[in-house]
Parts: sequence; C-alpha cells; structure tokens
Amino acid sequence: MVVNCEQVWREISNYLEGEVDPGLRAAMDEHFQGCKRCVAVLDGMRNVIQLYGDERMVEVPLGFSHRLHRRLEENMAPARRTFLGWMVATAAAVLVAGSFELARSSVFGHPELRSEHAQPAAGVPPDLMVIVAADGKTFHVAGCPFIHDKTRLRTIAAQEAMREGYAPCVRCMKKYLSA
Amino acid sequence: MPEELTSLENPAEQPNEGMLIRRVREGERDLFCELIRPYERRVFAAAFAILRNEADAEDVAQEAMLKAFKHIGQFRGESRFSTWLIQITVNEARMRRRKEHAEIMEPIADREDQEGNYTPRDFADWREIPLETLERKEVRQKLAEALASLGEKYREVFVLRDTQHLSIEETAKALGISTASVKTRLLRARLMLRDLLAPGFGGSWSSSSLSFAKGVKPW
Repeated sequence: MVVNCEQVWREISNYLEGEVDPGLRAAMDEHFQGCKRCVAVLDGMRNVIQLYGDERMVEVPLGFSHRLHRRLEENMAPARRTFLGWMVATAAAVLVAGSFELARSSVFGHPELRSEHAQPAAGVPPDLMVIVAADGKTFHVAGCPFIHDKTRLRTIAAQEAMREGYAPCVRCMKKYLSA
Repeated sequence: MPEELTSLENPAEQPNEGMLIRRVREGERDLFCELIRPYERRVFAAAFAILRNEADAEDVAQEAMLKAFKHIGQFRGESRFSTWLIQITVNEARMRRRKEHAEIMEPIADREDQEGNYTPRDFADWREIPLETLERKEVRQKLAEALASLGEKYREVFVLRDTQHLSIEETAKALGISTASVKTRLLRARLMLRDLLAPGFGGSWSSSSLSFAKGVKPW
C-alpha cells in the first residue's frame, strides 16, 4: 500500500492514537521515511499533545479551591441538619434527662457548648489565637475553609472561645477533639 | 521512525475513592470535599474550555460540584468518577453558554463544515519538545490563546481528550457525539493548533527571548 500526503494528514491523528490498522501504519511509516513535510506535521502534532497535556497548562484562579469549598459547605450544611434532624430530637431528650449533670458541669467551669453535637476540646493551648464567627459554633485556625459568616469574625484566645461555648472545628482543630 | 504515542493515562484515581463515594452516599457528607479535591482543577479547566471566561467557569465548576454532590446516589461506577464529574461539568457549561451567549458570533472555523479536510499550512520543523518552556508564563499564555481561537466543537473535543486525558469513547459520551466525530474533530483541532504554534516553537521561541522574528506569525 502506498499513501500520499493528503492521506497521511487525514490519518495522522489516528496514527498517534494507535488507531490505524497495521497495513496503513506500515504505509504511513514508509511515507514518513521520505517526506519531510509529513514528519514536520507529525512531530508538531505530537508536541501539541504533549504541551497541552501538561499539568502546568491548567491554571485556576487564585482562591478557587477556597471559594469552592465554602460554597459546598454552605450548601451541604442545611441538608446535613435535615439528615441529623432526628438526632437533634433524640439529643434534646437526652439533654433534658441529663440537664442536672450538665448544669453541674457548668458550675465546674465547663460551659454548655453552643452546639449539642460538637465535641468538647481537650488540650488546646489556652493562649492559642483562634477565629470565631458571631453565629458559629466552632473555633478555627485562620484560613480554615469551614469558617461560617466571614464578615463577623473575631480573633480571640482559645481559652476565651471555649468559655463562650465554642467547640473546636472538626477539620482544622481535629487534634484537639476530646473524643 | 516516529513511534506511536502512548495514550496518556489519567493521573491515578484516588486509591480509596470507592470507599469515599460509599461513605458520602451513606451520609458522611463532609467527605465529599475530600473526594472531589483531586479533580477541582480539571473541572475548572473543562468549564473554562467551553466558556472561555474565568468567572463563568468558576461558577459553573461550583454548580457542577454541587450537582455531583446532590446526585452522587446516581453514580453507578460504570465510568470513572472523574469522567462522571467532567460530564456533569460539560452539561452545566453548555447550559450556561446557551442561556447567556445565544447570540454570540462563533469563530469562522465553526462555520466551516468540512471536518477532516483541513490541510496543514505550515511545515516549519518542530522537532524539539520544549516542555520546559511551559515554565514561562508568556508561552502558556500563547498556548491558551491558540486554544481559545479554535471553534467551539474542536476546542471541546481537544480539551477533553488532550488536556483532560479522557479516552475517545469517554469524550464522545461526555459531548453526546459519535466516536467518529471525536476523531475527525480531534484531527482538525490538533492540525490547527500545530499550524498556529509551529512557527513560534520552530523559530523565534527556541531562543531564550520570546520576541517574534519578522514574518513569524504572532497570532
């Protein structure tokens, strides 16, 4: 089989994909032996594929990941509350039953947590500076993507945050969770 | 003699991906963030390839991820998770484009309907593979501009196959076209890009400066 330049150009992309039958492949290889122009096209096309396939060609805007996770968090939260709705009811019942215990613990310097689901902190350095949101229930390290309500943030000592009933964020403060 | 280009495989899918998917479906919603983290860039790139606008692409990427989260129960594991995500992104991006740019003028290449009959115009020798030139922002910029200048149907196919490393079949499925169409569009996209880029790489770009020599296409 003999192929001309036009035929080579028509199949050159499939050739690089390994999608031409052996007969055609052999004919194209034969053609490349004597045709500089087609070799130039082949080399160039291979370079195009390599360059664009490089990871460095994908550039995302600054802060893209942070904004994506914030949006996910915002939209996942209500559903999560629904999912845990029945647990809230159960927890409420448990809380009523255990209110005496809870009140007693408050007296001993363990304030009631803002969220009944949050786990209390253990071993947080008291002077560690953390971020809390006015309507939030947890405290975070600066820059944690799970900080709610970014317009009303305060930076306070962990000791202070815990006194106000904030619990450690399950992400950025994972190592301080008591459970 | 030129060797066959081995198909560029997708960067390794997460080893525990199946487990993550199952746990998200069973209610551990927070793990979704972990599940999608390796694909954030690719989802953005797919949206950008279609919309060519960073703000729109970012918004669509977010929408697509939310949709994936909402419908993760429908993911059957018949395709790779990354392919499923990209498919959702392509659909979202196309919907956005239809809604907002119904009147937009498409590049000339899109109005031509002679798939596969593209003749190379430039035969500049381009043997060197200057991958390290990608470190230079101007080079990445030029490559991005060349890609953006392609007609939409070529750009979509090229991006999914050659930058997202989807297979021909996956690309066809994501775009809702036949594998034959993918192949002809891919051929044309690759030829056009080669024509656009070869003079730069073959000539003035091989020197350390990026200034264009006289007569070299500055695009």
